Amino acid sequence: MSAPLDDPPVSGDSGTPMVLAESVYKNFGRLEVLRGINLKVARGEVMCIIGPSGGGKSTMLRCINHLEKIDGGRLWVDGELVGYRQHRGKLYELRDREVCAKRAEIGMVFQRFNLFPHMTALQNVIEAPIHVKGVPRAEASELASQLLERAGLKEKVHAYPNQLSGGQQQRVAIARALAMKPKLMLFDEPTSALDPELVGEVLDVMRDLARSGMTMVVVTHEMGFAREVGDTLVFMDQGLVVETGRPRDVLGNPHHERTRAFLSKVL
Amino acid sequence: MAAAVVLVLIAMFVHSLVTNPRFEWGVVGSYFLSRRVLDGLEITILLTVVCMAIGIVLGVILAVMRLSANPLLSGASWVYIWFFRGTPVLVQLLVWYNVAALYPRVSLGVPFGPSFVHGNANSLITALTAAILGLGLNEGAYMAEIVRAGILSVEHGQVEAAQALGMTRALTMRRIILPQAMRVIIPPTGNETISMLKTSSLASVITVTELLYAVQLIYSVNFQTIPLLIVASLWYLIATSVLTVGQYYVERHFARGSARELPPTPLQRLRKNLLTFHSGLPTPRAEPPAEEPR
Repeated sequence: MSAPLDDPPVSGDSGTPMVLAESVYKNFGRLEVLRGINLKVARGEVMCIIGPSGGGKSTMLRCINHLEKIDGGRLWVDGELVGYRQHRGKLYELRDREVCAKRAEIGMVFQRFNLFPHMTALQNVIEAPIHVKGVPRAEASELASQLLERAGLKEKVHAYPNQLSGGQQQRVAIARALAMKPKLMLFDEPTSALDPELVGEVLDVMRDLARSGMTMVVVTHEMGFAREVGDTLVFMDQGLVVETGRPRDVLGNPHHERTRAFLSKVL
Repeated sequence: MAAAVVLVLIAMFVHSLVTNPRFEWGVVGSYFLSRRVLDGLEITILLTVVCMAIGIVLGVILAVMRLSANPLLSGASWVYIWFFRGTPVLVQLLVWYNVAALYPRVSLGVPFGPSFVHGNANSLITALTAAILGLGLNEGAYMAEIVRAGILSVEHGQVEAAQALGMTRALTMRRIILPQAMRVIIPPTGNETISMLKTSSLASVITVTELLYAVQLIYSVNFQTIPLLIVASLWYLIATSVLTVGQYYVERHFARGSARELPPTPLQRLRKNLLTFHSGLPTPRAEPPAEEPR
């Protein structure tokens, strides 16, 4: 990371992209997972990322909220560098506390839900607002109840995760992320671990969210969802963005051979 | 056949308990609730509680250090555990009891700088404090491994979920990891507590009048050795039984969220059976409500 910096985008400006990746590299040991990713997610945009497994989709998502450190390139969220601070043209790694403060503004939903099993649905949702943001308990509970109700879980607020179906757990997980009032939501294959008949209820919640104007990056295998809800579709393979475009175009008329080969297998 | 052999052996044992006059059950009875024995029991319980508390706190700190990315912290923890597990606790007790020979003066102050409080080690480290230090610090090493196993048992996805919500490492440890690790930590900790109750009898060698030393003092005068050892054993058995019941309820508390519905406790089962018995009607299969959400 020694190249001189371009003018970084300015935070909070409505013209600033929510996510901007410039030639992002990531290695796990000798394995190159990301090999120069360029991405731009505008405010309010819903970007769906598809591609074969091992292509770097999840890793890219995890780099955006700094669960993984990038090894090269530049990555901005809302105009601010991810994981680094820039001072007189030099980059300094952020401290744990600063990284946490940034992560608190980005919601993430995992393939395996990762709800806290020792807490009820409501406790899961109020945990971070109370302990990270310092929201008063009553206020946090109020918001949590609203979010859970919106996700169709009014009856389940006091249930523990393993008393819930996979679809219900994932909806709690979405409510938990939304309780932090994030400016960006990341979805890492949110329906891949679900029984087929439960996929719909989770996608419904996500569709609602997209309609409300939330900026979303969704790694998914649900082509129907990508086509209907996504503003942009990105096809990633072998650590590279192979093709980007409107979902209808990419799915209907792929330009690249690899995209075509992948789609012929999954559609 | 095997059952018959066991039955005969039990019968022989019970027979000897009753007929062998040297058991001196009368003496057992007269000392069972004596002041000196109860005082000893009190010290034993005090030692167990305090040393386990020290052990648990130290264990958590050492386990977190051991899992730290900082090599100095994890190394220090490793050496601590290596040392305290590698030397007999009896030796450690004796060393603490005689620590004044090594450091005659103890002071509190700025490291390598001025000190504010001085003390004579001999008067500061009494037999009881030596026992507490010896047993507690030793326990810390064992608890560290138990806590570490508990922390490692928590799925990594939990840490990621907490991080993604913006929780710091310390907060994640306190709110997410440790409460879940408890399920794995509690059973062996119960074991350790029961073990500590009995290990505290080693403090008798450094003249702490806990239960064992209390009865030793009595039988050294009246020579009723066996009856008094029976008195001590009975109290140890009673105390372990109480701890076992306590462990059951603590485990239950930390099992919340792990089973769809907690099974009734023996007490609840008993109450239900009694009710059924009295009314003659089967009670509806109403289970106790799951623990109140806190």
